[in-house]
Amino acid sequence: MVTKEEVQHIAKLARLGLDEKEVEKFQKELSSILDYIEKLREADVSGVDPLSHPFEVKNVSRKDEVSITADSQKLLELAPEEKKGYLKVKSIL
Amino acid sequence: MELNDLTIVQITEKINKKELSVLELCQEYLRRIEEKNGEISAFLSVDEESVLSKAKEMDEVISSGQNIPVLAGLPCAIKDNIMVEGLPCTAGSKILENYEAPYDATVVEKIKKGGGIILGKTNLDEFAMGSSTENSAFGPTKNPHDLTRVPGGSSGGSAAAVAGGLSVFSLGSDTGGSIRLPSSFCGVVGLKPTYGAVSRYGLIAFASSLDQIGPMAKTVEDCKIVFDTIKGKDKMDSTSVEMPKMQNTECRMKDLRIGIPKEYFVKGIDPEVEEIIKKAIRKYEERGAKIEEVSLPHAEYALSCYYIIAPSEASANLARYDGIKYGYHKAQDGGYEEQDLLDVYLKSRGEGFGEEVRRRIMLGTYALSAGYYEAYYLKAQKVRALIKKDFEKVFKQKGGVDAIFTPVSPFLPFKIGEKIKDPLSMYLVDIYTVSVNLAGLPALSLPVGRVGNLPVGLQIIGKPFEEDKIFEIGALIEEDKSSS
Repeated sequence: MVTKEEVQHIAKLARLGLDEKEVEKFQKELSSILDYIEKLREADVSGVDPLSHPFEVKNVSRKDEVSITADSQKLLELAPEEKKGYLKVKSIL
Repeated sequence: MELNDLTIVQITEKINKKELSVLELCQEYLRRIEEKNGEISAFLSVDEESVLSKAKEMDEVISSGQNIPVLAGLPCAIKDNIMVEGLPCTAGSKILENYEAPYDATVVEKIKKGGGIILGKTNLDEFAMGSSTENSAFGPTKNPHDLTRVPGGSSGGSAAAVAGGLSVFSLGSDTGGSIRLPSSFCGVVGLKPTYGAVSRYGLIAFASSLDQIGPMAKTVEDCKIVFDTIKGKDKMDSTSVEMPKMQNTECRMKDLRIGIPKEYFVKGIDPEVEEIIKKAIRKYEERGAKIEEVSLPHAEYALSCYYIIAPSEASANLARYDGIKYGYHKAQDGGYEEQDLLDVYLKSRGEGFGEEVRRRIMLGTYALSAGYYEAYYLKAQKVRALIKKDFEKVFKQKGGVDAIFTPVSPFLPFKIGEKIKDPLSMYLVDIYTVSVNLAGLPALSLPVGRVGNLPVGLQIIGKPFEEDKIFEIGALIEEDKSSS
């Protein structure tokens, strides 16, 4: 069983605000999903390399050249708060 | 035959013969949406004004005798996690309720270039996470064949739009079955392409090593036409590739070797679904195809593997919704002043994301967190390699099969509300589809029968980049549309 403290810790890592009731709910749900996933422990993977993509992926690089790819004003308009062409955030210090 | 029942091929013929104008066609589809969308809820938004003006433009192109593009004038629907410039793109989430796409996804650019006319954006499970379209922040979509039942998910709106005659074809996305399941539940043809066959640029990311965009349509032929329009390498998606040309696409029934994985026909499958799938398989056998039992020994681990990998990738991909760059922000919602930056994150994400999305972010964050990474994520990646190898063996060994047949889902379309309270029971709906994404293979969902009103889909899994072959295989027994 996942503990209440673990749920709170994970929620903080994930930056999800949960209230008391939700913490309890997630405790139960995550536990039952993790119990199901436990099945994976039975699989014998000795000598197997992990696979992150179905096919080999290569890094693709391009020249670092300045170009206009998007209208920055259009993107800024999507932000909840902006000021003088910048995204506005809460003071962090 | 009504206009709404016609396929791409039939409509194109009528347009070319000048029996039908694009404007008439589009007006009819808008009328149909007006009439039906209230009960089905396939569309979240409809772009009426631009549909009509684009229809008129297309009529001019056609009457001027210029080269008529392949999808000329065809009304289509786009899942609301794929960006269409200037239209809302909500991903079915409150966190993106007011988001307007600043550019076109590559697939949308290609559809537009092909002459397709985008009617609007279709409903989905929030961020494509779900199997019923009940997880949408904007209410569930209903199955057009039975309004008390789910259309499947997550591309439920796209499937219901085609099945309900509200759209000629549509685009969906598939991370663990999200095109194939709703195609099966709504009785339409849907393709999950090979990983990399279609550009993901402009698709709102869920799990990047699994996501693919694909077509949903009334017939295999239509599905292929749309797939051919959207496929190909794109410099904006480094995982996209040019499809290798298939040597021999012609496929004759008597040369066909079909594999039936024994692990897929075990307890848990609805006997009525099993009967229909077996009947479809017999049809192939009677017409000369060779049916062989094959084994995918790691199939039993696929769902566990998927429910570690997909949420892990999702937890990273969804970190971008921070209440700062775009999307829901608590302070804007009225009268609330956040304490500090952390509070902005916690409130925006805690309130903006729905239940299933939060559940998967939690699960993924857990699987990637210190102390659990090796036991969960790394282990899942290794099992993923084994699952992929299972398929390779069945396809590649001497005398390997051309395709693998399975049901799309062990269940018939279930009642709205039936599984939503129990997340694990919902996850089990995807038990036959997730392996295909883990292995990166192409798979088609083909309607092959009904139980009462409820459609059942056969899953045809092919080798990487052999979409043309599984289209051909599907077309061999495709039901005559006029008789269904």
